[in-house]
Amino acid sequence: MTAQVVSLEEARMRSEAGRCRAITANGRRCRNRGLGEAGFCRVHLPTRPERIGPFQADTVRSMLELARRRATGDYEVDEFGFDREFTERLIAPLVRPLAERWFRVQWRGLHHVPDEGAGLLVANHAGSVPLDAVVMKFGMLEHHPARRHVRLLAADLAFRMPFSGPLARKIGSTLATHQDAYRLLGKGELLGVFPEGFKGVGKGWKQRYKLQRFGRGGFIEVALRARVPLIPVAIVGSEEAYPMIANAKLLARLGGFPYFPITPTFPWLGPLGLIPFPSKWIIEVGDPIPTDHLPKDAWQDAMLVFEMNDRIRDSIQQMLYRNLMSRGSTFF
Amino acid sequence: MARRVLITGISRYLGGKLAQRLEKDPEVESIVGVDLDEPEVDLDRTDFVRADIRNPLIVKVIESAGVDTVVHLSIVTTPTRVGGRTAMKDLNVIGAMQLFAACQKAESVRKLVMKSTTAVYGADHRDPAVFTEADQSRSLPVGLSKDAVEIERYARDFGRRRPDVDVTILRFANFIGPDIETTLTRYFSLPVIPTAMGFDPRIQLVHEDDAMEILLRAVLEPHPGIFNVAADGVVYLSQAVRLVGRPPLPVILPLVTPLAKALRRAGRVDFATDQLRFLLYGRVVDTERMKREFGSVPRLTTRQALEDFVRSRRLRQLISPERAERWEQDVFAFLRRQGRSDVEART
Repeated sequence: MTAQVVSLEEARMRSEAGRCRAITANGRRCRNRGLGEAGFCRVHLPTRPERIGPFQADTVRSMLELARRRATGDYEVDEFGFDREFTERLIAPLVRPLAERWFRVQWRGLHHVPDEGAGLLVANHAGSVPLDAVVMKFGMLEHHPARRHVRLLAADLAFRMPFSGPLARKIGSTLATHQDAYRLLGKGELLGVFPEGFKGVGKGWKQRYKLQRFGRGGFIEVALRARVPLIPVAIVGSEEAYPMIANAKLLARLGGFPYFPITPTFPWLGPLGLIPFPSKWIIEVGDPIPTDHLPKDAWQDAMLVFEMNDRIRDSIQQMLYRNLMSRGSTFF
Repeated sequence: MARRVLITGISRYLGGKLAQRLEKDPEVESIVGVDLDEPEVDLDRTDFVRADIRNPLIVKVIESAGVDTVVHLSIVTTPTRVGGRTAMKDLNVIGAMQLFAACQKAESVRKLVMKSTTAVYGADHRDPAVFTEADQSRSLPVGLSKDAVEIERYARDFGRRRPDVDVTILRFANFIGPDIETTLTRYFSLPVIPTAMGFDPRIQLVHEDDAMEILLRAVLEPHPGIFNVAADGVVYLSQAVRLVGRPPLPVILPLVTPLAKALRRAGRVDFATDQLRFLLYGRVVDTERMKREFGSVPRLTTRQALEDFVRSRRLRQLISPERAERWEQDVFAFLRRQGRSDVEART
């Protein structure tokens, strides 16, 4: 009879090879056969998706791929410079907490915005800085079922300054000129205009929610000529985000700005004054005013333009008052 | 039908290449190239005349050769090459005036094809996002833009005085490609690419081959009018820098002009100061008219043209797309292994 000397360690390793790596409830090694390269048995095979730290493996992979493509210039922009990927994956996640948590935006009437095709959103403008435009745009992207991108039309001040110019272009906005507007509408894009312009953002606290003059109605001409619907939008909450209690005219002239807002926190608290007040926002989209039933040369009819200007202004003003009342208190 | 062709600017890339292509066409009986310098390419049956087009003698050249098609390509875009801005303006504007005056006198001339540039539109923040041929810049043209606007005006005046002549004006976007040497190609070949901090212009290019196709067809076929010639698609300068694979050097606005002057003096890149606005605001043009008239779409988009340039010049890239992909896979594999070993440590 021969005796085979087997080291205890070898025996243990052999019996453990191919065994599940998990530890059972009573603290001992599971003795089931391991499956695949993961080394777990069917009972202990993790059914949850693979995680790397706090993230899912798939998320990490897609973040790495995004980083690689952005670093090597492998992305597309349209002729206006709109960078969809940048807007949706890099900027939208930054605006989201601001809109959802800080401003707690409530959206109403989103079904009035068509799923596709050109349109002209017309909104009130307030709050010293055009934060309302940004919140409206990213809110539309977030909450509209078709995830539509609003192409904001901005004043040339935005494009003159460094940093803001390219950023504005990359999120899809362009200069508020007839030419750019027609071109975009011709491509079926949804435009966003703020006819109060600087008079709106630079209103001052006493004039809050009182719509200023809507200019010469250039945007109406554009809509009539392009035969796209005018869609009124009322934004409540923007006035209190940066309440302008005074205008430092001298500083404005020095910097070449239309106004220099003084708020309860700016410029006294320095950079902290740049944090907006957490007002409650309500953005309501009203009934669209169609234009394609009108004659082709209707845009040249000054009376019609005047009348439609008043009509849309009234529509927005009514929505503002209604939503102000339903909002109740401003911040809570 | 182009039979006897005169090309000004034959010593440059476009002129030389055009002559080569025309030589291959048996319908083209004779080709005359005019320039101050000799052509750089090998030419078979092209007659070279060393002449300054500002010299009225150019009439004799046109008449004696019985030229029916004049292709004007000698527009100078870089001041230092010719000895300064004044010399450049003189060569460009006076040269064009004399040439068109000569064409007006020569009865044999039936067609004029002129190389112009999208620089006629200028570059300004108040400009429309996309220029069509009917548009003008909001800002006053300076430098090359001003020259190009003036030359186009003379060409149009010439067209009015000789209504029997077809005038084709081609406004080319910035050229890019394996062979052509331009300010922009030298700019992208710098080891570090200076940009204006806070500005990111939209750039539209045209591949040298696509530009040549349009030019050739403009010469051989009747296409009177003004046409923007550019590739489809737009890239941002920041994107172009990444595609080229070189590190950018953001420079604050006040230092942009001094840096451009320094680079010019060092002989690296000759960016005319008045063209620096292009590096701030960029320029995009509409090419529907070109596509409708010539019935063709440029083969390569702006991005593809730039990628072709990078590939052919074998530019040493900091991060090539292949290396970046490998890094991505390596990093992911590393993180995954870390994740797994954490799970193992816990089990």
